[in-house]
Amino acid sequence: MSFTKLTVSALAISAVASAAAARDQVQIAGSSTVLPYASIVAEAFGENFDYPTPVVESGGSSAGLKRFCEGVGENTIDIANASRQIKESEIKVCVASGVSDIIEVRIGYDGIVFASEKGGNSFAYTPSDWFLALSDQILVDGALVDNPNATWSDINADLPAQPLQAFIPGTKHGTREVFEEKVILAGCEETGAFEAFKDAAGGDKKAARKACISLRTDGVSVDIDGDYTETLARIESNKNGIGVFGLAFYENNTDKLQVATVSGVVPSAESISTGEYPVSRPLFFYIKKAHIGVIPGLKDFTEFFVLDEIAGEDGPLAEYGLVADPELGATQELVADETVLDLNM
Amino acid sequence: MITPVKTSLLKPDARTQKRNAAETRFRLYGLSAIGAGLAILVLLLVTIFNNGLGAFQQTFITLNVPLLESKLDKSGERDLEKIKKVSTFGYAPLMAQAMEDALAGNGIESDLKAKKKAALLSKSAAADLRNFVITNTDKIGETVEFTFLANSRVDGYLKGRVTRESIADDKSINADQLDLVDALVMSGIIEKRFNLSFITGADASDQRPEAAGMGVAMMGSFFMMIVVLALALPIGVAASIYLEEFAPKNWITDIIEVNISNLAAVPSIVFGILGLAVFINYMHLPQSAPLVGGLVLTLMTLPTIIISTRASLKSVPPSIRDAALGVGASKMQSVFHHVLPLAAPGILTGTIIGLAQALGETAPLLLIGMIGFIASNAPDSVASGLLDPNSAMPAQIYEWAKRADPAFYERAWGGIIILLAFLVTMNTIAVILRRRFERRW
Repeated sequence: MSFTKLTVSALAISAVASAAAARDQVQIAGSSTVLPYASIVAEAFGENFDYPTPVVESGGSSAGLKRFCEGVGENTIDIANASRQIKESEIKVCVASGVSDIIEVRIGYDGIVFASEKGGNSFAYTPSDWFLALSDQILVDGALVDNPNATWSDINADLPAQPLQAFIPGTKHGTREVFEEKVILAGCEETGAFEAFKDAAGGDKKAARKACISLRTDGVSVDIDGDYTETLARIESNKNGIGVFGLAFYENNTDKLQVATVSGVVPSAESISTGEYPVSRPLFFYIKKAHIGVIPGLKDFTEFFVLDEIAGEDGPLAEYGLVADPELGATQELVADETVLDLNM
Repeated sequence: MITPVKTSLLKPDARTQKRNAAETRFRLYGLSAIGAGLAILVLLLVTIFNNGLGAFQQTFITLNVPLLESKLDKSGERDLEKIKKVSTFGYAPLMAQAMEDALAGNGIESDLKAKKKAALLSKSAAADLRNFVITNTDKIGETVEFTFLANSRVDGYLKGRVTRESIADDKSINADQLDLVDALVMSGIIEKRFNLSFITGADASDQRPEAAGMGVAMMGSFFMMIVVLALALPIGVAASIYLEEFAPKNWITDIIEVNISNLAAVPSIVFGILGLAVFINYMHLPQSAPLVGGLVLTLMTLPTIIISTRASLKSVPPSIRDAALGVGASKMQSVFHHVLPLAAPGILTGTIIGLAQALGETAPLLLIGMIGFIASNAPDSVASGLLDPNSAMPAQIYEWAKRADPAFYERAWGGIIILLAFLVTMNTIAVILRRRFERRW
């Protein structure tokens, strides 16, 4: 019977598969912001070395770090990409499952930009504007009230009278946290609402912080769980929409998007590297030290990633939109020495 | 006394007219339903082909590249290990030189810097050149004619996607470079033609959409379908033969039957979660492997195959079985010698439709790591085809649609055309098989 033969061979294949050992390519997962950079490096690595091209998956910083902390071994990933620093709670999970030696590599900086449909109104924001636009409660005449603002001109007479509509990254994205931290929270403090929230919560700073970053739920602020392409599609179909993007995405779509200034500074690689542009964040990847020497090419890949030719100012990553790290030399040393994170932080 | 209403056979009465009008209306509803369906199909196809056909054409730049020994093999020993030490960055000056030579040879003058001129070439050009040198070390020292891919912005310019207005704020190309492109097109160095590597090639990173191809993802889909066919067909057919021909009809078989029907309606993402939990986390099969993808899709396809197989077994008239049993055949002989061959066309049709469904499935692949920058190594054997990380056609399309560079958008549509071609072929085969071999009783 040919059926029996087929079944037997299929079962045999599965058996071989479970016995198959020694994964020979590096596996990476995590932030969708870091994904393009990681895949550019992975491709160049595959071209220049005899190792197979590493596999890069996306899914978001938190999802990547969760998989990273699942344990040590061939069926776990080697590197997690993150658009924010690893959290203490995540390190605890990591250590509990045996991932105790983690190498943290900062690859450069990325700006977060606010952009709208090309040809529409142009915007010049401050963090306060965004807080007043999106927070669910704001301070009006010394009292906390539900956010009454409906157009940008309600907030700031200098802004156009365009209805409020924002498309911001969903909570699984590292970009969201930077947006909350550097824009909403900064605006909260600037407008004095932070103090009001703190007093209302009986001096509890954590509660005040939480109150600051809780956004209105009446449809003005829309969470985008997908990638920037989804945000772009939303803006194309809604002319009033303002989207939150990474600098690199904006630079690849300058024909469709126009960028807003923040605190009077136009976002660019220069203004971000000098620190003038306020909304930027470092990008990281995390390596399991236990996998170095076990997974072929892992160390070579990480060293290749931070080379001047790759992550430096004239490298392909900077060309794509990464803001090169001025302290790349220190990072190269760190990778060469396999310096692990101090877990007592 | 009631006077009878005069009626004529030639003139329909009010009730008949009403019934006739209802029928006419129903026919119109039917026609407009079909019309709406067709209009949507046409709209879909026109959109797909409009957006996607561009991906099958690509812009190429032909240059004479001097393979200088001083750059590629300083020692002059033609030692492969030493030649491999020269990274793709080391090849960039050669291409810049080749570009200068081509401009000088055609009398084109430009004030652009050498780096800006070389930027018209794809980022993949250096890798292509390096691969050529490594396989043909004897060519070092000669000048070789090469056809490189052009940068995706240049390609977009020739296809009309990129215009002088749209690049006003673009950092990767400027109007002077487009002037240079115009001059190179005039002299025949830049030309647009059919791009086979879109169909056969591997995925490329975000910086070089022009080099991305569907080929490796196609191999991934192929190996997944092999696994599905090898597992789902025998298991599905065996299960349905037993249930249909041998199993006693009682509450246990009723429960099984209901559950198979339920399974066919389970959303495919559920099978993905199951696959992640069982095949990867518990059985430790490799991540992103077509084998795991195939196993997951097998689970998804099984109910479809079982249901269609049972239907075609049921359609074989009982007289065939009775006749076989009557001349002394055993139950098994009657099934395998008579019923199964007669049901085979229906089984095959069901299997092909199940495979086509599995081929277009993306959701379960999300969870077992087949989406991302994965389809970059072509498998070199059956084992590596099953076990090495790979993507699949629908997953590759999804991945391209997510990327920032608009050139990937065109490729996503192009990928849809390839996938559609496969689906149409499979469904046509199913229809032909049914027409040819199916027997009506």
